[in-house]
Amino acid sequence: MNSTALLFMGPAALLVILFFFVPVVITLGLSLTDAATATGLSNWKWIGLDNYDQIARGSFTMLIIRNTIFYVLVTLAFNVVVGLGIALLSTHVEAKAGGFFRALWLLPRISPSAVYAIMWVWAAAAPPFGIMNDVLSPVGVAPRDWLNTDPWVIVILVNGFVGASLGMLVFTSAINSIPEDLFRAARVDGASAWQIVRRITLPLIRWPVLFVLVYQTMSLMASYEYILLTTNGGPGLYTTEVWSLWAFHTALSNYYGNLEFGLGAAMAAGLVVIGLVVSFTMLRLFRFDELVSDPRVEIT
Amino acid sequence: MTGTTLPAPRAPFRPQTLIPYAVLVLATLPILVLYVWLTYSSFFPRIEGFRPVGPFTLENWRFLWDPGSVDQLRNKPAIIPLTINTFLFAISTSVVVVLISSMAGYALSRLPFPGRRMFLGGVLLLHSFPSVTLLIATFIVLRQLGLYDRLLGVILVKAAFELPFGVWIMKGFFDTVPWELEMAALVDGASRLRTWWRIVMPLVKPGLLALGILTFVQGWNEFILPFVFMPSGSQQTLSTFVRAILGEGRFVDYGLLTAVGLYYVAPVLVLFVVAQDQLMRVYAGGVKG
Repeated sequence: MNSTALLFMGPAALLVILFFFVPVVITLGLSLTDAATATGLSNWKWIGLDNYDQIARGSFTMLIIRNTIFYVLVTLAFNVVVGLGIALLSTHVEAKAGGFFRALWLLPRISPSAVYAIMWVWAAAAPPFGIMNDVLSPVGVAPRDWLNTDPWVIVILVNGFVGASLGMLVFTSAINSIPEDLFRAARVDGASAWQIVRRITLPLIRWPVLFVLVYQTMSLMASYEYILLTTNGGPGLYTTEVWSLWAFHTALSNYYGNLEFGLGAAMAAGLVVIGLVVSFTMLRLFRFDELVSDPRVEIT
Repeated sequence: MTGTTLPAPRAPFRPQTLIPYAVLVLATLPILVLYVWLTYSSFFPRIEGFRPVGPFTLENWRFLWDPGSVDQLRNKPAIIPLTINTFLFAISTSVVVVLISSMAGYALSRLPFPGRRMFLGGVLLLHSFPSVTLLIATFIVLRQLGLYDRLLGVILVKAAFELPFGVWIMKGFFDTVPWELEMAALVDGASRLRTWWRIVMPLVKPGLLALGILTFVQGWNEFILPFVFMPSGSQQTLSTFVRAILGEGRFVDYGLLTAVGLYYVAPVLVLFVVAQDQLMRVYAGGVKG
């Protein structure tokens, strides 16, 4: 590598090595140790696959796997269906109005997660405070303390309203890149709005839809920020605990005071490996080669 | 889509054309209600559902001018240093990401070097990789570097996590810059570094601005990293502060909480309105669910 390239690439390479490569290796290595607050970062020892064994035999493991699958599937469905709906509707109406609605849908994503979470926590509060009860009791839903009685509803709504904007943005730009002639021809032939969506729009945006499905599945599996801020896995023991939050609680933040880095790393290792495999597959799938072709202009 | 398309004939008004608007309004209502409600809750002593109890008041906002009188804020860092911390964190992250991304983006756009393809592939891979899974190991790295519980450490981690996106976006911007000017400078004997800084960087200013604003907002909003890596009170940011008030149990002073929340989110909302075009331009690629 010549010195100019090294100069330009150096800082980026350093950060990537320090905070991506090294952590991946550490995660895998750490998962084979008993490192914890109790052992400190110097007195730990290698324990082979004991951590993985402990996870496999853990009495909460199945519950947490079920929670994770439920959370990922339901939130994913909400995100993709709502994202697609907003994209279709907002490209169907006047351009200005459509842009306005999309901007509103971006609000949750551009707001600090802590503030966005407070709004939901309070909206879900027990009578007489929360507005969810005010809105839902006229349609026959008994007032309740949502975070305690139906925590999943809140977890899914909180994540759903944030996550839908990803699909919305990707689908909107895909829809906008469909040649207008196709729609016009269909209308001339007397196609209904639904037929146009079903026969023209949806088939043409199937790749973006696939991309969002894969990407969202992976990021939902790995993300726990909004759960941490709303239910923190509760109420009670592990009611809304998902895998990534479990790893976080085990290794970095719990009430018992003993942070088990090794065990937590073993939990995270699965997610890291899934993340790497899925990201790599996405590179292959979404035409990586075209994106990285060599620079056409060589002037050195 | 440009050129000679005929204007669509104006359709006669039919009530059906309003249906998509009605559905959009209904679907968007929850979001709108949350924000409107956050705003007006902060100006009343108590809110029950949609009904304010008591008269309009600035009581909830006295954390700004008289924090000593707010019970919930005893033993908590003062709001102004917290705001400065948060700002420093956001602006430093933004500067580091913009600078390092534009160096790497330039090299990847212009310089042939061994490992270029690999690095580009790596950048794209890391862009979709959920970096939050590396938090436990990052904790160990920071401890070893002596950067744990220090603002600098969190800035570097946040910058590293945002970097793959930044490099990719900046490479895209450099790819659109024609190379003639650069070539002239190089032929005249200017160094690469000088050419990049003096000739090319000014040409991608809109890109730098867009990336800078976006990373600033991401830094301003960040919760998990300061929460985990800066546990000391003096180093807190607004997000961990809000979380600390919220986490104090069921009898939270929501008037105070909504006021602090609105104070915290307001700069982002202003920035969003002012710089919406720039943000929209880069947002689709920058999102992580």
